[in-house]
Amino acid sequence: MELVMPDWGLVVWTSVTFLFLLILLRAFAWKPIMAAIGDRERSIEDALLKAEAAKEEMSRLTNENESLIKQARAERDLILSEARKAKEQIVSDAKEAAHKEGARMIELARVEINNQKAIALADVKNQVATLSLEIAEKILRKQFEDQQQQDELVSQLLKEVKL
Amino acid sequence: MDFSHILNSKKITLSIILGVFSLFVTLNANAVQEKNESSTTVESKEKEKFDPNEAILEHIADSHYFHIGGKVAIGLPVILYTDGGLEVFSASEFEHGEKAHQGKYHNYALIKDKIKVVGADGTTVDETAKIFDLSITRNVFSMWMSVILLIIIFVSVAASYKKRVGKAPKGLQSLLEPLILFIRDEVALPNIGYKYAKFMPLLLTMFFFILINNLIGMVPFFPGGSNLTGNIAVTMVLAVITLIVVNFNGNKYYWKHIFAPDVPFWLYPIMWIVELAGIISKPFALMVRLFANIMAGHVIVLALISLIFIFQTLWVSPVSIAFALFIDVLELLVAFLQAFIFTMLTALFIGSAVEEHHH
Repeated sequence: MELVMPDWGLVVWTSVTFLFLLILLRAFAWKPIMAAIGDRERSIEDALLKAEAAKEEMSRLTNENESLIKQARAERDLILSEARKAKEQIVSDAKEAAHKEGARMIELARVEINNQKAIALADVKNQVATLSLEIAEKILRKQFEDQQQQDELVSQLLKEVKL
Repeated sequence: MDFSHILNSKKITLSIILGVFSLFVTLNANAVQEKNESSTTVESKEKEKFDPNEAILEHIADSHYFHIGGKVAIGLPVILYTDGGLEVFSASEFEHGEKAHQGKYHNYALIKDKIKVVGADGTTVDETAKIFDLSITRNVFSMWMSVILLIIIFVSVAASYKKRVGKAPKGLQSLLEPLILFIRDEVALPNIGYKYAKFMPLLLTMFFFILINNLIGMVPFFPGGSNLTGNIAVTMVLAVITLIVVNFNGNKYYWKHIFAPDVPFWLYPIMWIVELAGIISKPFALMVRLFANIMAGHVIVLALISLIFIFQTLWVSPVSIAFALFIDVLELLVAFLQAFIFTMLTALFIGSAVEEHHH
């Protein structure tokens, strides 16, 4: 029976000691410990959330990059095909222009040649005329060297004149 | 052959730890045995007849002496509040109850480990004199030691939290953090709810106070060996603290449930008695549960060791030690379990008092 009868001295000491322990530990141990644990848990949670957000951002960026790459590729293809078309256009244009220019130059050359030919021919005609006149003069001079012959001719001419 | 892979496996490591652990417990059990042997053989020589009942009760009861081993015992300070005034002297004055002490106001003698006022002859007990024994007994001494240990441990842990802000726990901190988190996440939060933070200091202090005293009680040699948590006075104080905290934090729903429950009004007087009994019986159960569990553990270990002296043969000692070892291991579990249950139920009662009802 003595075992279950509380010893009041021990009750007093236990009460005092326990309350002292409670107050002391609350101030110097539990508050800083709980605060530190809470802070750390919050920071871990924060870090996890941030990591999740970063992951999402990464995947978003990756998607964006992919779409950008796709777009860029399509644009490149478009530009290339346009360039090809432009090249063909330019080549064909150049060919046409060259043809035209060639034709024009040939035409000009022909005109020039004709002109030169005409000039040359006129020159030749003049030469021939001059030469002919000189030959004729020389022949006439030779023919009318003696006086008699001249007189005959004059007389003959005079006869012919009918007044 | 190379067997290093065996040592590297986790199972082996675990079993080595368990092995070392059980070795430690075995040493404890042996120590219990040795201590009892040395102290009780002296007694049995004097008395010839060994009384296990008396020996066990002497070990689990509080004492004004702290036995170190053999006949060596420290006389602890005696503080008496008498009708005359305070009396302070050492318990060694009593010479193990054989001599009366002449105090300032009365003569005192140690009768069955209780201090009584006696007449001038030193034997006749004077029942009329009122004294209040505030002595630093073995339990008080042991409690103060545990309190100093707790303060050293947790203040240093708090310091390491300050030193290692935001880092993983280390050393003692990592040993105790799971326990602290266990109290918070498995005891306080589910039972009390969002108001748990206010009660955390109480629950943590209760848990670690009970735990460390259960564990100190299991150590059979000098600074340990007291039966603090197996003492009704201690468990009563803890239970009364629970009672006070629960009822001082009771909200209107809690009190409405007690004074105006959902029954016809003419049943109210009966309900009041029932509810009042409920208020008292919950902490009462707490008190008895912790007291009985821890005391029973001590009694069983002591009884098993007493078998050696009852049979007056050493041949029974292997059986005694084997069983005492088994009980010691069980008590190790009980030490944690009872600390947990006490804290858990306190949290549960607080939870029922602060619970918000939404109808």
